[in-house]
Amino acid sequence: MLVQFIQRAMMQGIPLLLGSTGEIITEKAGHLNLGIPGIMYVGSISGVIGSFIYETSVGPQNLNPVLAVLIPLLSSIFGSLVMGLIYCVLTVTLRANQNVTGLALTTFGVGFGNFFGGSLIKLVDSEMPSITLSATSNIFRTTLPFADKLGVIGDLFFSYSFLVYVAIIIALVASWILSRTRIGLHLRAVGENPATADAAGINVNRYKYTATCLGSVIAGLGGLYYVMDYANGIWSNDAFGDRGWLAVAIVIFALWRPHISIIGSFLFGGLFILYNYVSVPGAGIEVQELFKMVPYVVTLIVLIFTSMRDKRENQPPQSLGLSYFREER
Amino acid sequence: MRFHIVKRDQLVWWKSWGVRILSVIVGLLVSALVTVVLTGDNPIQVFATMVDGAFGTERRLWTLGQGIAILLCISLAVTPAFKMRFWNIGAEGQALMGGFAAATCMLFLGDKMPTGILLCVIAVSSILAGAIWALIPAYFKARFGTNETLFTLMMNYIAIQIISFFVYKWSNPVGSGKIGVINPDTRAGWFPIIAGKTYLLNILIVAVLTIAMFIYLKYSKHGYEIAVVGESENTARYIGIDVKRVILRTMFLSGALCGITGFLLVCGTDHTITRETIAGRGFTAIMVSWLAKFNPIFMIITSFLLVFFEKGATQISTQFGLNDSFSEIITGIIIFFIIGSEFFLNYKLKRDEKKGVAK
Repeated sequence: MLVQFIQRAMMQGIPLLLGSTGEIITEKAGHLNLGIPGIMYVGSISGVIGSFIYETSVGPQNLNPVLAVLIPLLSSIFGSLVMGLIYCVLTVTLRANQNVTGLALTTFGVGFGNFFGGSLIKLVDSEMPSITLSATSNIFRTTLPFADKLGVIGDLFFSYSFLVYVAIIIALVASWILSRTRIGLHLRAVGENPATADAAGINVNRYKYTATCLGSVIAGLGGLYYVMDYANGIWSNDAFGDRGWLAVAIVIFALWRPHISIIGSFLFGGLFILYNYVSVPGAGIEVQELFKMVPYVVTLIVLIFTSMRDKRENQPPQSLGLSYFREER
Repeated sequence: MRFHIVKRDQLVWWKSWGVRILSVIVGLLVSALVTVVLTGDNPIQVFATMVDGAFGTERRLWTLGQGIAILLCISLAVTPAFKMRFWNIGAEGQALMGGFAAATCMLFLGDKMPTGILLCVIAVSSILAGAIWALIPAYFKARFGTNETLFTLMMNYIAIQIISFFVYKWSNPVGSGKIGVINPDTRAGWFPIIAGKTYLLNILIVAVLTIAMFIYLKYSKHGYEIAVVGESENTARYIGIDVKRVILRTMFLSGALCGITGFLLVCGTDHTITRETIAGRGFTAIMVSWLAKFNPIFMIITSFLLVFFEKGATQISTQFGLNDSFSEIITGIIIFFIIGSEFFLNYKLKRDEKKGVAK
């Protein structure tokens, strides 16, 4: 039971991890991208569309495993990249307000996901309001062959599909790049004070574009993981829910550090599904709703405490949310 | 040939609105293109359907008016906070708490007092509920400088879960997970129908609020203080404005208006509460307010635009058998264009002069 809980918590945490890693990279460049929930929807549905086309064109029995992974992966990356570019053009080049742009992107992305999801559902004409891509999903969920021979250790550490490890590696690499390399230093400089970075000869716009687009792509993978792995290849509208916002919350929880975000995501994943495992004697199903509140409350407490302690390294990037205009220094 | 970007002086109002209208038109053309690709119908037909969806019948006209009123009300609510550069994206939660207070009063006080007094009690409790929900992040912002965008965002989801909890707890019939229409027989706590029009009272209340907010922001001392704090906190401190007090007071006002929105939605429209009651309007309000440059009168136009697209696109989706989310795509595209056009209002491209050769 405990092992199963930890497994489920980790699987639940992966979309959050990818989303929050993407958002951290974006925020380090000084851009508060509130479009992440929409981007994750688009990443998810683009993958679904890609694999749907591939599955229907060759038939679910004779999928080529490499193509079956590559096609959804590439279409997901493409989808979220386009979203990231829209955000960049508006906020970096056209200097639009980031909050407004992000929210519009979320409206658009969620609408895009549900629209094409709904259209595909209508296309297959199934009785359930969902699309099932089990064949592709099975390939995505292939695990290491020796995992079940290792007992509890195998269950805890080796029983996941490749995207889980990819997510953790991305977070670790991102953390390393941000804190240990010159590129990371430049990126942080851009987020803290773009004018200073500019004066130091750093190409501010290039860093902003790269970081935001890369962040979007990583977040989009979270959406892909959700539908292909966690949901067993079943897309139904709105199933992804508020996970995107939770990913934004984890950024705060992790104090803008991707490696803490790994722990944060698994913790939040656990909190997210806790209500399935905890039963309060004498309470009805309504108590579940209070359990679902816990992740948000925890985030708030972290947010309040970090601002109260006011340690400089735990603060959001200083120019977060502000556009940079060279001539205005 | 290269360009560089320079800041513009303020454009005259007709030029700036010209640019905005142009951007809406371009946005509409792109949306039409998308629609034509998806439906295969001709674009004029598509626009006709949109207009029909919004204005087609008297009933639709009233729903349009009601939609505009509610969106305008919640947009008015976020405006003073934004003018102060306090990014309150928690209007959703604040309005939901207001609506929750209203629903609670309807459920428990419905048979205990006459409707007139009940409505007053509900109004006060909605306003307080919304205001308290807004004051919590405002307090932490004023005291510790806690990031308000992220704080108010979290408060939304906490509010949603609280409402979910009570919706399950009080569900009617028991276990259905819905509260259902409250007081369907006695109509206690429902808005009275004026001149045979269900939504007239809602629209009137919001009209009064709009004018009041316009005057408050433009001509009152409070409005001036808000503008100064928004432009520069240091300046505000220097000229002796108590910044903390302004933040708390403005957020109280912002939350109170959100509470009123919840009140209008629960007592004047739905007569029930669910976690979806506000339906994302708290976020849409941010766009409405920002696109109108925080001017309450212009906000009538921008909220009309957004509600029109929503109703129109919904009509397209029913008529052509697309699904409802189509309206979100259209809204998104048009907003992208309007957001993008702001650049051309604030900046202009100038051709670089040739260097080097002496004349």
